[in-house]
Amino acid sequence: MPTKDEVFESVQAALVDALGVDEDEVSPEATLVGDLGAESIDFLDIVFRLEKAFDMKIPRGELFPEDVFTNPDYVQDGKLTPAGMEELKKRMPFADLSGFEENPVVQDFANLLTVADMCRFVESKLEVTE
Amino acid sequence: MRWYWIDRFIEFESGRHAKAVKNVSLAEEHLHDHFPCYPMHPNSLVLEGLAQTGGLLVCEQGGFTEKVILAKVPKAHFHAEAIPGDRLIYSTTIEYVRPEGAMITGTSYRGDQLQAEVEIVFAHLNDPTVGSLFDPATFLRMMRLLRAYEIGRAADGGPLQPPRCLRETTEQAASP
Repeated sequence: MPTKDEVFESVQAALVDALGVDEDEVSPEATLVGDLGAESIDFLDIVFRLEKAFDMKIPRGELFPEDVFTNPDYVQDGKLTPAGMEELKKRMPFADLSGFEENPVVQDFANLLTVADMCRFVESKLEVTE
Repeated sequence: MRWYWIDRFIEFESGRHAKAVKNVSLAEEHLHDHFPCYPMHPNSLVLEGLAQTGGLLVCEQGGFTEKVILAKVPKAHFHAEAIPGDRLIYSTTIEYVRPEGAMITGTSYRGDQLQAEVEIVFAHLNDPTVGSLFDPATFLRMMRLLRAYEIGRAADGGPLQPPRCLRETTEQAASP
């Protein structure tokens, strides 16, 4: 089973290949969209590279539950409702949503995901050792 | 000028890989416009040829039901120029196909020399308003023109055939 460091190195390599960024730009706190310039199509590429690197399957919507943001039960006036926020927490236990929860504007969500979140996502799917 | 940047398929294995030929000729007008007095086949068109080779492979794998568009080129390395008289062999392999899109890897060889290597991501468009850009008859004509059905193999190893939906749609459009 991989260690946390090995997970980070593989996630870093996937992001360098998918986004054409330098290795030192991919720090744990870097956001995928804001800092590394990821666009929506890049997530397809990233998911594929993670699947290949870790020999695992990532079903659509597991890393980035876009359906929550298009569900009228969960979105009102461009913001997530409390029910939507609960659903998001349930679906993204690997992400730190505390900042987003203070002002859950849907448009801002894309810029939330960090490299560390992505590592935690991978770790949650694998048996990772220290 | 027609937007064909491959001349014919020489291998086509459904859902797996495709190989196509591009002959670079001094008679092609664009060679004289890219760098005046220095005719070469632009690398952007090598990329387009690889995208056509791999894109048709992806389209065929999905029975031509998906609207496949080139969305991203994560990698494109060019090691040599393509000049008049060159016969480029484009090889493409499907790396993955998902509901959202697909990725292929590809190489271009000039003889035994690696000329280019690429990764290309295709997206599947869900917008119904772009239907007219993806006319089934155009696909069928292109696949036939490039001889995919003469040399191609289906996933089960048998001869490659156009999908029934493509044939039916084309026949309906042709009938009075």
